[in-house]
Amino acid sequence: MNPVSTEMSVCVSDVTASYPNGNVALRAASFALEGGAICALVGVNGSGKSTLFKAIMGLLKPTAGTVTIAGRPVKAALKENLVAYVPQSEEVDWSFPVSVWDVVLMGRYGYMNFMRTPRAEDRRIAEESLVRVGMLEFRERQIGELSGGQRKRVFLARALAQRGRVILLDEPFTGVDVNTETAIIALLRELRAAGHIILVSTHNLGSVPEFCDHVVLINRTVLAAGPIAEVFTEENLQRTFGGALRHFRFDESTVQNHDGRAVTLLTDDERPLVFGKGGHVEYSKRAEHAEILKKRTEREGDD
Amino acid sequence: MITTLLEPFQFPFMVDAMIVGIAVGAVCSVLSCYLVLKGWSLMGDAISHAVLPGIVIAHAIGLPLALGAFASGLFCAVATGYIKANSRVKEDTVMGVVFTGLFAFGLVIFTKVKSDLHLDHILFGNILGLAPGDLRDTLIVAGFTLGVILFLRRDLLLYCFDPGHARTIGLSTAFLHYLLLSFLAVTIVVSLKAVGIILVIAMLVTPGCIAYLLTDRFNLMLLIAAASAMGSSFFGVYLSFFINASTGACIVLLQAAVFLAALVFAPKHGLWAARRQRRLVSTETPAKERGSF
Repeated sequence: MNPVSTEMSVCVSDVTASYPNGNVALRAASFALEGGAICALVGVNGSGKSTLFKAIMGLLKPTAGTVTIAGRPVKAALKENLVAYVPQSEEVDWSFPVSVWDVVLMGRYGYMNFMRTPRAEDRRIAEESLVRVGMLEFRERQIGELSGGQRKRVFLARALAQRGRVILLDEPFTGVDVNTETAIIALLRELRAAGHIILVSTHNLGSVPEFCDHVVLINRTVLAAGPIAEVFTEENLQRTFGGALRHFRFDESTVQNHDGRAVTLLTDDERPLVFGKGGHVEYSKRAEHAEILKKRTEREGDD
Repeated sequence: MITTLLEPFQFPFMVDAMIVGIAVGAVCSVLSCYLVLKGWSLMGDAISHAVLPGIVIAHAIGLPLALGAFASGLFCAVATGYIKANSRVKEDTVMGVVFTGLFAFGLVIFTKVKSDLHLDHILFGNILGLAPGDLRDTLIVAGFTLGVILFLRRDLLLYCFDPGHARTIGLSTAFLHYLLLSFLAVTIVVSLKAVGIILVIAMLVTPGCIAYLLTDRFNLMLLIAAASAMGSSFFGVYLSFFINASTGACIVLLQAAVFLAALVFAPKHGLWAARRQRRLVSTETPAKERGSF
């Protein structure tokens, strides 16, 4: 019943997944993870990130290949409540008539009887989970009455209440305030220390090296997987995103006084906002802003 | 005066109609909460129309009508799901084609098969002309369906709310999906005698909708939906006695009236409350900001 002592692992080998309309979303994807780890799943929209998530959650049966969790097939792992899922905010119907408390109790359903009647133990764990994310005082609120960050915390509390050892988070930082982001990251680190495997699907490249130790790069297959230091390189990211990444090369930009070494800033679907050393906005194309450069040189001359 | 008001209760067929109406109202309303939350209102519409060919065929080959209705209703749902999964057409569009097709097929074979069925009884119900045994059958099936839904109400709710989570805790979402569809088909079959194919759609949508406007708690939603549906059934049958109008239509009309009242006066989600909220916000704004233009 209590799998805490066992070593956690996720192994995806040669997984090919296609939808009934014949569209192959993922081809021969493989990677393996050992607990504790925080691993980012990085790729553009439609790269197969969510398909891979679905395969790990058992929502989609691979047409070829296998997924094992702690050495067991997905179905057996699900029965043991090993896998918990924190959905993307857009996927949740926030006007649904359920309270914070109802949602967290849903994390305990796998341990309850047929009628899903919570026992004292379930209530205690649900309460403990709410305390851990700092949401206990909101337990009677309808979920739509919460802020973006609070909503995310509630679903995290549900994953905690479920005592899942593999936790999947889909775009956890979209629409979330900085405080919540810091709190979530701290919590994920605690979970990693306890031997859990955290899989985070994200396209927020900047946050990946901040809190992940592993990364899986996806574009219709797994292009590269492994520790951040080895895999999260400019070259691999270029391969993952193809032409979809927007560039900001400092040596072509309005950034001045660079010493010849190229510094590159990458982002996938949002343009980076870069402020220069003097606190002014920098533009990516130097040629288009000649007059700004001229003004700046004049001002520096005045000083 | 009192004798006039109590007059409907002196006729056994009136009392039977009230009991059947209340039973049908109870089971439809509970299911309607799930349909409204799952976004399946059109599915109720589709299945209810699709039962027609099943009824006619079952009658022609001497099977129980309910069995034929159930089979063809479920066929509609499964066929819709299959076509949607294997073509580029969206679900609501597929449903529109499948159920109208089945309904039309039912109408055509109805005219070809000589029978003592009355089309308007199938379409609009015949709650005042219940055959002996109808009352008992309806109560048994409605009671059983209601019992199973209430027993599994948390699993079904989780399935509607977050199928991904339902799957990760090891529930079979496919099973819950077809269970909900089967309940829908059974409920429509049970309701046919009372309100008919056309008006059962209202029974399957309106009570859940009323309750959704009035509360943010699911258990309360079930109670409000059931109360409004059972109340409408009782008073609808009662009213139809005096105004001599179609009983099914009276029931549905009362539900629509309750819906309108809820839409306007619901304490939190009603139009009235929204307007009061807007006014409150505008008076809270400092005067100088308001008068600045």
